[in-house]
Amino acid sequence: MGGAEILVRARGLTKRFGDFHAVVGIDFSISRGEAFGFLGPNGAGKSSTMRMIGCVSPPTSGELTILGLNPVTDGPAIRARLGVVPQENTLDLELTVRENLLVYGRYFGLPRAVIRERSAMLLDFVQLSDRAGDQVEPLSGGMKRRLVIARSLINEPDILLLDEPTTGLDPQARHIVWDRLFRLKQRGVTLILTTHYMDEAEQLCDRLVVMDGGRIAAEGSPRALIQRYSTPEVLELRFDPGDHEQAAEKLRGLPAERLEVLADRVLIYITNGDEALAAVRGLGLEPLTSLVRRSTLEDVFLQLTGRHLDD
Amino acid sequence: MSSGPATLRMPLPGLLGRALAGGRGHGRGGLPLVERNARAYRHLWILLVAGTLEPLFYLLSVRIGLGALVGPVTGPGGRPVGYTEFVAPALLATSSMNGAVYDSTFSVFHKLKYAKVYDAALATPLGPGDVALGEITWALSRGLLYAVTFLLVLAALGLIHSAWLLVAVPASVLIGFAFAGVGMAATTYMRSWKDFDFVILATLPMFLFSTTFYPLSVYPRGLQIVVECTPLYQAVTLLRGFSLGVVGPAMLGSVAYLAVLGLAGVYVASRRIRRLLLK
Repeated sequence: MGGAEILVRARGLTKRFGDFHAVVGIDFSISRGEAFGFLGPNGAGKSSTMRMIGCVSPPTSGELTILGLNPVTDGPAIRARLGVVPQENTLDLELTVRENLLVYGRYFGLPRAVIRERSAMLLDFVQLSDRAGDQVEPLSGGMKRRLVIARSLINEPDILLLDEPTTGLDPQARHIVWDRLFRLKQRGVTLILTTHYMDEAEQLCDRLVVMDGGRIAAEGSPRALIQRYSTPEVLELRFDPGDHEQAAEKLRGLPAERLEVLADRVLIYITNGDEALAAVRGLGLEPLTSLVRRSTLEDVFLQLTGRHLDD
Repeated sequence: MSSGPATLRMPLPGLLGRALAGGRGHGRGGLPLVERNARAYRHLWILLVAGTLEPLFYLLSVRIGLGALVGPVTGPGGRPVGYTEFVAPALLATSSMNGAVYDSTFSVFHKLKYAKVYDAALATPLGPGDVALGEITWALSRGLLYAVTFLLVLAALGLIHSAWLLVAVPASVLIGFAFAGVGMAATTYMRSWKDFDFVILATLPMFLFSTTFYPLSVYPRGLQIVVECTPLYQAVTLLRGFSLGVVGPAMLGSVAYLAVLGLAGVYVASRRIRRLLLK
């Protein structure tokens, strides 16, 4: 990580709700200017971790330092320097688009003139200038999400926290959000995000941790994780449901690195997918469909946990 | 810092600080939330007007209807007073109660459970104490508006007999503070809209029986004690004393009662918001 300034540091960070262990002793460090991701399925402990970093949920035990401060005692001072995009939008439906920014800026104690100037720039940045005077309710899901992102930037935060930034958006709206987040990253804003979309993690994160059951299963850049936990290519085969089991049994004879038999598909992890497909045909098997693709974080997750991200 | 809202925070700042222990953000109190509510109400100004009219309608009905049928009654200090003069301060007290209770219960519950206004605010430097103080300050600001309008109408009807009546304005604000505090604290325990029946169950009998329409002397002593324990009775006593110019040291008791109620409300509300939203 070089000598970059560490903005968030956790050691043995733990969160319990009664008997439920949401986060179990995790360690991580996030440097200035990084885009850092928590990747994992629902219930992995991502949001609990985010809420602790956002100083709206006190850690049960362990050590957490944000911007060199303690979230339990210095919550307001830390929150003054954070931007938060929560999982739920929490926009103020009794106010207009512009008023949402004005009022939120006032929560930070910013002077009205400063907020007005920044709101105009931010609404332009998220392409909502023409909706400034409108009510929030009729906006589309993607527009609301962009407005929340604009709102989170009103205090020019050191760190932007994004909890599932594109969950529930249609593909086009997701790409617009990704584009805006990518621009922020280019400007050097430190991004911390949670996601259960591997493509989102691959697109946005310099480095990420894979979470499962409140623990960190692996850590690294998307490319390094794929190199370490998967093969360069994956051959996906689909057989007639009746032949599925039998075919899978035969495929175990292949010289593959790893074989995953799913309910509807067989995944063969291998260096060269086309050669593997030829070998499959050599065994006398004729799959209904076959696909050779590169390994993704989804494969990393499957290897680490034996489950899918959206399970 | 602008002077208007700062004066609203004047009563007992030290105690208030203690009531909010640990719940303060930047030390700007709830002002940003008051500003938020004022902006939201700019779209709903008609509701403000309606709230202001409520006690006036009551007053007119008494003036035109009941007042003509009922003769003078025994006022504070055993002095006979006209019926409208007797009832008017009680109506103002009731309106202060209703306005504060409405703002701190229905409106707060909506923001707490559905609109997620406080979740958004707590992600900023604001703390749960700021949220509680902000909502309560807003509720009593409305109380102030109602009180001033009401007094202007009383003046227009020629019903003002004492300069003490001016003290009824800050007294109305105190009444608003007491009921908003209790209302907001109670709201943090509500599970669904059905629980709001309890709000009606508490306020309606108080309105009918807390010496609003007749003096305390009509009750047997046992019942008198019960009535004396209700916050609305204390509020009515306070405003009636000021409006009729019968002022005594016993009124300090009413002031203390209402202040303690409000402070306890702020304390409980800010602790409960922490428990509910900062898990």
